[in-house]
Amino acid sequence: MTIIRNAGNLTIVPKLLIGITNMTDPFMQGRIMITKSIINALTDILGPEYVFTEAEDMMTYSYDAAVLDPQMPGIAVMPGNTEEMGRVVTLCHENGIPITVRGAGTNLSGGTIPQGSGLVLLTGRLNQILEINEADMYAVVQPGVVTASLAAAVEAKGLFYPPDPGSQAVSTLGGNVAENAGGLRGLKYGVTKDYVMGVQFFDAQGRYVKSGSKTVKCATGYNITGLMVGSEGTLGVLDQITLKLIPSPRARHSLVAVYDTIDQASETVAAIIAARIVPATLEILDNFTIRAVEDFSKAGLPVDAAALLLIEVDGHPVVVSEEGEKVEALCQKMGATSVKAAATDEERDKIWAARRSALSALAKLKPTLVLEDATVPRSKIPDMVKALQEIGAKYKIDIGTFGHAGDGNLHPTILTDKRNKQEWHRVESAIEEIFDKALGFGGTLSGEHGTGIAKAPFLEKEAGFSSILFSRRLRSALDPKNILNPGKITGVSE
Amino acid sequence: MAKMKELAAQVKELEDELVTCIRCGTCQAVCPLFEQTRKEADVARGKLSLLTGLAENMFDDPDGVNERLNRCLLCGSCAANCPSGVNVLEIFIKARAILAEYKGLSPAKKLIFKKMLASPGTFDTLVEWAGKFQGIFTKPDHNAQGTSCARLVSPLLANRHFLPLAATPFHAELPEQGLRKTGKPLKAAIFTGCLIDKVFPNVARATIKVLDHHGVGMVIPAGQGCCGIPALASGDRDTFTKLVDHNLSLFDQEEFDVLVTACATCTSTIKKLWPAVYKNADSGTRDRLEALSKKTMDINQFLVDQVAPELGTQADRSPGGEVVTYHDPCHLKKSLGVASQPRQILKAAGATIKEMAGPDKCCGMGGSFNVYHYDLSSSIGNIKQQTIQETGCTTLATGCPACMMQISDMLAKAGADIRVRHPMELYAQFIDSNR
Repeated sequence: MTIIRNAGNLTIVPKLLIGITNMTDPFMQGRIMITKSIINALTDILGPEYVFTEAEDMMTYSYDAAVLDPQMPGIAVMPGNTEEMGRVVTLCHENGIPITVRGAGTNLSGGTIPQGSGLVLLTGRLNQILEINEADMYAVVQPGVVTASLAAAVEAKGLFYPPDPGSQAVSTLGGNVAENAGGLRGLKYGVTKDYVMGVQFFDAQGRYVKSGSKTVKCATGYNITGLMVGSEGTLGVLDQITLKLIPSPRARHSLVAVYDTIDQASETVAAIIAARIVPATLEILDNFTIRAVEDFSKAGLPVDAAALLLIEVDGHPVVVSEEGEKVEALCQKMGATSVKAAATDEERDKIWAARRSALSALAKLKPTLVLEDATVPRSKIPDMVKALQEIGAKYKIDIGTFGHAGDGNLHPTILTDKRNKQEWHRVESAIEEIFDKALGFGGTLSGEHGTGIAKAPFLEKEAGFSSILFSRRLRSALDPKNILNPGKITGVSE
Repeated sequence: MAKMKELAAQVKELEDELVTCIRCGTCQAVCPLFEQTRKEADVARGKLSLLTGLAENMFDDPDGVNERLNRCLLCGSCAANCPSGVNVLEIFIKARAILAEYKGLSPAKKLIFKKMLASPGTFDTLVEWAGKFQGIFTKPDHNAQGTSCARLVSPLLANRHFLPLAATPFHAELPEQGLRKTGKPLKAAIFTGCLIDKVFPNVARATIKVLDHHGVGMVIPAGQGCCGIPALASGDRDTFTKLVDHNLSLFDQEEFDVLVTACATCTSTIKKLWPAVYKNADSGTRDRLEALSKKTMDINQFLVDQVAPELGTQADRSPGGEVVTYHDPCHLKKSLGVASQPRQILKAAGATIKEMAGPDKCCGMGGSFNVYHYDLSSSIGNIKQQTIQETGCTTLATGCPACMMQISDMLAKAGADIRVRHPMELYAQFIDSNR
């Protein structure tokens, strides 16, 4: 079976090939590396019920949502506290065993696919919210806490943790920090990196490193916290995360604007931003996506519309009502055929739940789905949307577009059938062109899915060789044995 | 190894369904088992990847996959929340059948399914005898749930508080040729179901009373067998098919508009699994199964949607009525989308409904899951028990006798003074007291 090698800034989801694509001899390396004495040592630390070595369990930790080639780890462990975690890291350091930390395994760039047949460290039992400090507005969590459960816990206290990646119902905060996850609210509230005040982690030698602070300001030492965010498990194993909280917005107002052409929708996005309004969320869905999402969610989306904008403004009730009216007027001015506001909280929740199901719902339409994460400066959204349409027409392929239009992070999605070789060839060319267009507009390879394995070979195209070299030297200085999530971000060779 | 290749080829037949999973991991949010263990092999995505591995002939033997595949409640929470629409339950059931046919059933299961369950007459007799002698080994708890527990330490019963077998099963109360009553304008055939017949005969009596009250004609054929789900869940498709045949020919002889059951699991099995999993159905049988499936309905849904629509619009009859909380059986809500009708019946019965947190969260029963993984089943059930108690209710109602057993056990263990009833029992009681 051919493997879809990752073509750059893409996460390729070949539905036909999902699962096992290239596992001719999956256990060999693992068995060489993980000796009986290592298994015994880990069992001593964790107890037998939290050490997994059977081939079946290894298979279940060989993939994530990126659906690149699965790669079997040699062993998986589930520590229950800081001490156990530290002892596991130390043992791996002493024995040169690669460590890949895994939360919910929902990332889209292969960050949790273990390379080097090493150890997968599961954070499932490290799922306690250690503190929610209302006076100083921060939370301290273990890495395995599910994003949505922290959001709910702080909301119950009138506080707000804004980063909301599409997978928030299952994704873990450790994973969010490691991948610098984004979400629907990036436009106004930023992404995970804007909320991490401090992290405590084990370095490659198993030493406990504390960084950041519980204060709003902190100017001591290097900004190690900043370095750790988005490091995808290559610089340390996270143990505790301190997250900034903000007051909950007192009012929220959600709108659905319907358009006959996608250009009108994308121009509305630019117009709203030009009017100095910053909605919390400003999402675009094209017809392809609308139909797929409605089919699953039954949220009452208009399936005939060429495009929708889903908009939410939030904040002080007076501001919300004023901005809501302004946005509504702008939508109409730019040619929306209808603009509807969510009347109740349930209606509002339904709209956003529908939007969250977009990726998985799209996957139903055709056998192969190629999901892009290229991001452009927000003012370039109309240009990018046009470019995508031209590319689709030029290569005669279906490109569905949805995503965070307001922050420039579109998710153009190519729906195809890989068995059709001619079409697939055109898809590859189209991908290349999307990629060049995004960089041409001053954009980036990935807005929020991370580098992982998927984009590692292509990072140089965006950042240049010096940047890769700097990263590799940093990494080899901190992790001379190259045991922390090898193969991710900086590639494999010096 | 050649045999493993053969097995791989069989599992590969599920490939078209397996590839619909894009490994997004959304199922982790709703799986009651994953909530307990946080292990990937316990959630649908992990199991689907294992089946893909089996299809790719990745394993030396199927035991590890088989064992993990059986660690599942078959509650369908994953399927109900899957954005890609993976037909998880059907895949798992078919895979269990393929694996069981490859490995062979355990001697105990062979005895239970092939020798007992497959012949409804023998099964009935055995259970009746057990009903007569159960008092020797067990003692009643004298609690609101009416459970019993083991007299002596018993590895079989562990610390379960189970509902005793009825002294007389429901079918023994029926005329020899079955029960027939005329009525207008609808005629319902009733599929009793094993648990209602043998543990909760009062639910069957209540169902008859309610249908009578609404003037519905009915037929209850004598000699009914099990719907087949226990055999199927263990991969015994032959016994399942035999039981479907037995029941199908029984109901084929009768004329009726709707087949109703008061058991969520039976309804869902007849509607969804009879047509989908019946082994080697010829086109005639397939048509009969499809036709029967279309006619099959949950009793609550039948009453509200077809018999007495006024029940659906009724506000609480007495706002100060008994506080009842309702548990959504997975096989009713997630499988069949029936959730509002049982609540409407409860309101019509004069109850004041107080919703628990997560009423559609699985109770942890899962049929044989409870037998083989009692500890996990209890941890899941304990969450349910706590959320029920938090409502301050005096009665828990639910539309599935299997859930009734699990919840009774959990409430009994917690010493809660809350009785467990089927909506039909409460509605029949209301009808009686307002005569």
